[in-house]
Amino acid sequence: MPLPELVKEGERQMRICNACRYCEGYCAVFPAMELRRTFTKGDLVYLANLCFDCRDCYYACQYAPPHEFAMNVPKLMAELRADTYREFSWPAILSGLFKRNALAVALITGVSLVIIFVLVLGFMGRDILFATHLGEGAFYRVVPYAAMTIPPLVIALYGLVAFVIGAVRFWRETGGALSEVIDLKAFWRATQDAFGLSYMKGGGAGCNYPDAGFSQSRRWFHHLVFYGFLLDFASTSVAAFYDHLLGWQAPYPLLSWPVVLGTVGGVGLVIGTSGLLFLKWQSDRDPAEERMRSMDVAFLLLLSLTSMTGLLLLALRDTAAMGILLVIHLAVVAGLFITLPYGKFAHVVYRYAALVRYAIERRRIDAPGH
Amino acid sequence: MSEFFVTFALFVVIYSPARSNENTDSMTVLTQSFDVLVVGGGNAGLCAAITARRAGARVLVLESATKDFRGGNSRHTRDIRYMHRAATDYVTGAYTEQEFWEDLRQVTGGETNEGLARLTIQNSEELGDWMRANGIHWQKPLRGTLHLAQSNLFMLGGGKAMMNAYYDTASRSGVQIAYESEVSELRIRDGEFLSAVVSGNGAAREVEAKAIVVAAGGFEANIPWLKEYWGNAADNFIIRGTKHNQGRMLKELLRHGGKPVGDPRGCHAVALDARAPKFDGGIVTRLDSVPFGIVVNKEVKRFYDEGEDFWPKRYAIWGKLIAQQPDQIAYSIVDAKALPHFMPSVFPPVEADSIAELASALGLDPKALVRAVDEFNRATRPGAFNPGSLDSCRTEGLDPPKSHWARPIDTPPYYGYPLRPGITFTYLGITVDERARVIMQDERPAKNIFAAGEVMAGNILGKGYLAGFGLTIGSVFGRIAGREAARRATA
Repeated sequence: MPLPELVKEGERQMRICNACRYCEGYCAVFPAMELRRTFTKGDLVYLANLCFDCRDCYYACQYAPPHEFAMNVPKLMAELRADTYREFSWPAILSGLFKRNALAVALITGVSLVIIFVLVLGFMGRDILFATHLGEGAFYRVVPYAAMTIPPLVIALYGLVAFVIGAVRFWRETGGALSEVIDLKAFWRATQDAFGLSYMKGGGAGCNYPDAGFSQSRRWFHHLVFYGFLLDFASTSVAAFYDHLLGWQAPYPLLSWPVVLGTVGGVGLVIGTSGLLFLKWQSDRDPAEERMRSMDVAFLLLLSLTSMTGLLLLALRDTAAMGILLVIHLAVVAGLFITLPYGKFAHVVYRYAALVRYAIERRRIDAPGH
Repeated sequence: MSEFFVTFALFVVIYSPARSNENTDSMTVLTQSFDVLVVGGGNAGLCAAITARRAGARVLVLESATKDFRGGNSRHTRDIRYMHRAATDYVTGAYTEQEFWEDLRQVTGGETNEGLARLTIQNSEELGDWMRANGIHWQKPLRGTLHLAQSNLFMLGGGKAMMNAYYDTASRSGVQIAYESEVSELRIRDGEFLSAVVSGNGAAREVEAKAIVVAAGGFEANIPWLKEYWGNAADNFIIRGTKHNQGRMLKELLRHGGKPVGDPRGCHAVALDARAPKFDGGIVTRLDSVPFGIVVNKEVKRFYDEGEDFWPKRYAIWGKLIAQQPDQIAYSIVDAKALPHFMPSVFPPVEADSIAELASALGLDPKALVRAVDEFNRATRPGAFNPGSLDSCRTEGLDPPKSHWARPIDTPPYYGYPLRPGITFTYLGITVDERARVIMQDERPAKNIFAAGEVMAGNILGKGYLAGFGLTIGSVFGRIAGREAARRATA
């Protein structure tokens, strides 16, 4: 649906919700909605990013299809989110990457693989790539220090800039002054909500996911992915600290912080992403949105591949397969991070921003007399 | 990469059989034999079915709606009134038997069977736990429902979520459910139920059972029946709930000598937005703007005190008031300063910058509306406006008066909402005793016929309404009917 029509449809559905309010207890979307009587595009974008797609409101809705009101809030919100990610992405010229996201993600990862493979083959040669390398600095003998550190740094900084710009655009669109953001209490509250996935609990009942039954499984799998990702991030940070500041080069022993954190995180990611993919595969298509689905699947597969190639690399690092596994792992990681601002990862930024806004707004909701 | 797909495939293989196959082929089901037949798949029917099944009976529920529209009027509910001795996470304080009874006595003006009413109230005490144990989750009272925060429990997600939980519980415990299966006829001899003629999917079948629970609702969706009392005015009524409440089972019970209860003309009628769908508009089509402006009929005449009392106490008289106006239509007129004081409505109001333009947009005589608003504005006396109390803003020398919240309508833009009578339920029902047995004309109970829900609510609620009390009656009598029917059938 083109955006102006989507906004109109969003206003129609929110007006019906606002006159009903039965779903108030499920999540933050409905209490936030109730603070409004009319719904601008900014309001809808904000509400859409507060929605965790638990789908409880869809199955509980007396006005869901085939009722003539044809209410489908999860689908509406998913469509709005897909538009948000595209519209707020930077630079605008790359927003097309959201259009066929799974294809774009696959292509970028594939191209990264080819480039890294060709470069390693060209500069280092076959013999080095397929040899067994042992001891400190083994990875750098396949991919030199500069090549392993400078491109990731550039990609990471680029992603950071893109997300800051996206977050500012989101904040402006949803009607907030930038000065509002300097609100530590709101940030703390939003952080708690994000780390606990407070609004994926369905008010305690769980998500109607993958089907009309209530379950907490989606939330637990998401926790595994999220905390797995954080552990892997911690592992990489510790490794960078060891390498660049203490001068200890990888590979690290099995009982070292980078390996332990990375392994635990990697296993969490493999289980979490598999679980989420499985639930998604089983899930009801009626409240789902196609663009969002393909974005989700692409991101989950890439995360999963990243952790699996990482774990495989760890397992086989003392063999001749190390070189080629390193190339594959780096390519997948490159694909993941290059597409970070142009895929599902964007939800981290916009959901968090929406949670901060909700933390500011909820003071009005909780105020006595409201 | 292959490892990933292996893991993924394993997941698929391990978990796939866990998916339940809930769809029941109704025609196959109807050929089995049953102890208890439950007619109607709303709250009362499911409470009866679950209870009877747990007592060991083989139970079949016949629901006339499709699976999507199952649950009768219960799918539109949101809260249930129940007796409790203390505050919980979800209610703000105790609600004793005495308070409950006083509230009921007041709204019914004594048109209640005290024995059955007290039985309902006493048995309602278990409902909070019982419903929770059957998969229903609670939520804090919705905003804007402070007056119910002490007495009523709110279902998380509302009535459809509640019905989803009941259907899930029922299927898991082995209750058979047939959708799109409407009972057209009951075979009853000497107060004993023999069989029911069920039509569904274009075929008719006779289903026998040792006992029957009739939980098929009232007749509010049966416009020809309503016309018997309201004449052609009934054509302009909007039915807030299911189109399936045709009263066929009520008629069958009466035809076989069941004893009626309640005023046959009686129906709970509220003011609805005239643009509401004919059926199943549910909660969102109600309009709470009336106390904050004036209401005129199509001849641009006011006809009742809009500010007589708090809206929750008065909204149920406005359906009847509008039903008595020409063409059964009225218009609520408010100005910009009134807008924040009532719940947002589902249809946008008709909006204009002057009263005359608003009148044109609503299809009313502009001069007459300007005159009516001027007359009203001149009659308002200064007072302290307070939507939370019976305030001092009233009119003087106006007929009919407006007793509270009467502020001049003078702040553009002006808004108008067309109003129609919306029927929630009918009061006429079948007489039952404390075991939910249907009572026959000769005052003797039927042997194996039980009733629960709206079809017998008139025993207890002969007049008026208490929010969330329909579900109370349905749940309490549903459970009693289920228990008694199972006892009768498995004896």
